[in-house]
Amino acid sequence: MSSFPSWLPFFQWAEKSALGQAMQQSAWAFATIESVHLLAFAAIGGAVLIVDLRLLGFGLTRQPIREVAQDAQPWLIASLIVLLVTGLALFFSESIKCYYSTPFTVKMVSLALAMLFTFTVRQTVVRMDEARVRPLYLKLVALVSLALWFGVGAGGRWIGFSG
Amino acid sequence: MSLLRFCQWLADTRGSVALRESLFMYPLVESVHVLALCLFVGMTIMLDLRLLSLALRRVKVSEVAGRLVPWMTAGFVVETITGVLLVYAIPVRSYQSLWFRGKCIMLILAGLNVWIFHSGIYTRVAEWDLAAIAPRAARRAGLVSLILWVGIVVFGRMIAYNWFDCDKPQSAVVMFLAGCTGHDSR
Repeated sequence: MSSFPSWLPFFQWAEKSALGQAMQQSAWAFATIESVHLLAFAAIGGAVLIVDLRLLGFGLTRQPIREVAQDAQPWLIASLIVLLVTGLALFFSESIKCYYSTPFTVKMVSLALAMLFTFTVRQTVVRMDEARVRPLYLKLVALVSLALWFGVGAGGRWIGFSG
Repeated sequence: MSLLRFCQWLADTRGSVALRESLFMYPLVESVHVLALCLFVGMTIMLDLRLLSLALRRVKVSEVAGRLVPWMTAGFVVETITGVLLVYAIPVRSYQSLWFRGKCIMLILAGLNVWIFHSGIYTRVAEWDLAAIAPRAARRAGLVSLILWVGIVVFGRMIAYNWFDCDKPQSAVVMFLAGCTGHDSR
């Protein structure tokens, strides 16, 4: 059963839409778009990890956090846009399956939380004066970010194993 | 013993059968293989972008390389172990997969690219560590690496599809490239 029963009409509409139909009829569309989705996933991994590792005290420790985060930001946003666009196409191709998939729910909830956290708390913290933030707080922000993005990735991989 | 024979022998070993038929172990290994992409390929992309002056421009190349390489190495070790296990579970189909063969060739080329970079332009990195634009050889290494890793990830994903499998009717070209024997059954 889905966690959001009242959303069923939307999932049904997506499955029957022109995009959904086109995706289902093509032998290559899903595989190709999925590959691009996977590439953007690797890229966002780099952009997220480089900053979170820095917050944890690893990696580019000689650079100010603010600078590392500033450099990673365009790649984080670019990868996220590619992920959202390709993800939407993948969703349209099998939205009814997604509706009944627990991993899909896990992924969507993690994604919403990850984006919210990244562009509010994390963004504020990486722009603060490092000397005035307790290291433990920086590490906590990194761990929450890593945990939420891990939920997105693991949930996503698990959609393919279920049903 | 030919490689195909070796794969057939491997497929019948107890460990291979157990991993192939396992309910959770195979998906788990596969998931780790995919998720560790973030660590290994993600960091590789950041280093490549630095060589192309598209990211981390204010950080010395030698510092990006030095500080990220331990994490890339960790990711590479995880990818290699899980990758070997995935082939171990399904040896014959992997060996006769066009995508897997292409992936292996690109992996070797990526290794060569690293070797050429490290034994060449990188030995003089002190001269261009903070240059606005890295020397041509360094930029080429970054670009070649990016292209190869894109190919490796895409081909890796495509192994899952059976379009070119030997147990389906294939053109002579595919059969030759995939090493099909003509009476393959899986």
